[in-house]
Amino acid sequence: MATYSTNEFKSGLKVLVDDEPCSILENEVVKPGKGQAFNRVKFRNLLNGRVWERTYKSGESIEAADVMETDMEYLYNDGEFWHFMKTDESYEQVAADKNAIREAENWLKEQDIYQVILWNDAPISVTAPNFIEMEVVETDPGLKGDTAQGGTKPAKLSSGAVVKVPLFINIGDVLRVDTRTGEYQNRVNK
Amino acid sequence: MDEWKSGASLATLKLRAKLLAITRKFFADRGVLEVETAVLSRSVSTDVHLDPVNAFFGPTSNSQRFYLQTSPELQMKRLLAIGVGPIYQICKAFRGDPSTSRHNPEFTILEWYRPSFSLTQLMEEVEEFAEATIGCLKIPKYSYLEVFEGVIGLNPHKCSLEELEKFAHSRLDIAPIEIRFSEYLDLLMTEFIEPSLPEYCFLYDYPKCQAAMAVIENDSNGNQIARRFELYCKGVEIANGYFELTDPVEQLERLELDNVERSKKGLPKMPVDEKFLAALSAGIPKGSGVALGLDRLLMIMGKLEDIDSALAFSINRV
Repeated sequence: MATYSTNEFKSGLKVLVDDEPCSILENEVVKPGKGQAFNRVKFRNLLNGRVWERTYKSGESIEAADVMETDMEYLYNDGEFWHFMKTDESYEQVAADKNAIREAENWLKEQDIYQVILWNDAPISVTAPNFIEMEVVETDPGLKGDTAQGGTKPAKLSSGAVVKVPLFINIGDVLRVDTRTGEYQNRVNK
Repeated sequence: MDEWKSGASLATLKLRAKLLAITRKFFADRGVLEVETAVLSRSVSTDVHLDPVNAFFGPTSNSQRFYLQTSPELQMKRLLAIGVGPIYQICKAFRGDPSTSRHNPEFTILEWYRPSFSLTQLMEEVEEFAEATIGCLKIPKYSYLEVFEGVIGLNPHKCSLEELEKFAHSRLDIAPIEIRFSEYLDLLMTEFIEPSLPEYCFLYDYPKCQAAMAVIENDSNGNQIARRFELYCKGVEIANGYFELTDPVEQLERLELDNVERSKKGLPKMPVDEKFLAALSAGIPKGSGVALGLDRLLMIMGKLEDIDSALAFSINRV
């Protein structure tokens, strides 16, 4: 089993902490003038998103996690699992459960490409692209002429997510949305 | 990054030259002699936490092994033994710890020795040097005991390993591995005490297990303490001073103990410096000595955030 020593720690490294795959976010060496050095390491648990800090004695090693980040195409939802397909022409498919999908559920659109993290070949996390284009399926009728100022209303997108949009938006409009904040960006001309 | 360029700006390069000039004048005015000792040596500090850089002649590592000095301490003490009087040196030292925003593996040390000085007298001189370079007046002095008790609530000279362990684990998530008493002190120092220190201060009278090359004595409360001090500036250790251990027997014991510790940690043993021990046997005057990190001092003078910008070429640029 591959291991990393504390002096190989850097952000982005995927390791096993308490048997769970984690990504190193920050690594700081803390050392008194003369004396034992320690590494203060900030991790994100890739299974549940928890971010926390743990202290290591410098020189210790921890096990590497067999984690791969890969782009995959979203196919469909069967009621329990969300199915994705590799884009490397292998047509290999994986099924992500609710724990892996998390917030990405709001931004799923068939045939769009998502970043999927695989741990031991099973999906543990799905991340939507930062911006996604999606159709409005439900909203109050648009107000003619009000294209510039003031006021918002809720609009439901084809994925089920509800975002705040300007008053002039109509059903059938395609919107560009920031998936990190859930904020409307602009209307896309079709 | 334009890697061929220096990390230090032109203004910082000039400030470094000024710092060196101030330093030389400071010691010239006090009648302290500037010396140079060898950077390459057949033996080096046995300190468990120092990771020396090895050097070999020729194209392979089959030749005699030398080390780049981790500090000029042992050779300067050999000069004290011939009766050179008060001396100082500005030199490069090498420690293979990972480079960080405040440590470069090659760095500049200012080290000086004051035969007949008590630790308190030397702290006062360091204070004068700080005034001459970074312009800070009146640096408060705290015993290790008072800051440790104040922040951690334990007496570091008398508490048990279990008490340190309990405190550390109640505040930090620590990976499960054996941590020894002195290492817990280091951890608590860096995580809790250093951040609570005032902008400038001295800590003095260290726990016995951190004596390094300082004399161990009983204080007025019956605590066994090491006559050692450190100067902290903005939470960073700048200088480390000792009332120097001059007893060759005790010194040899400590060097051998270091090597026992090194073996336990799976580190190579370091050859004990026989010439240094011979100098102690010949006799060096009782007194105090201090090593000060000039690059870090320059960082404070120039308000620099990263040691890379205090050096012409840090390890990432060579």
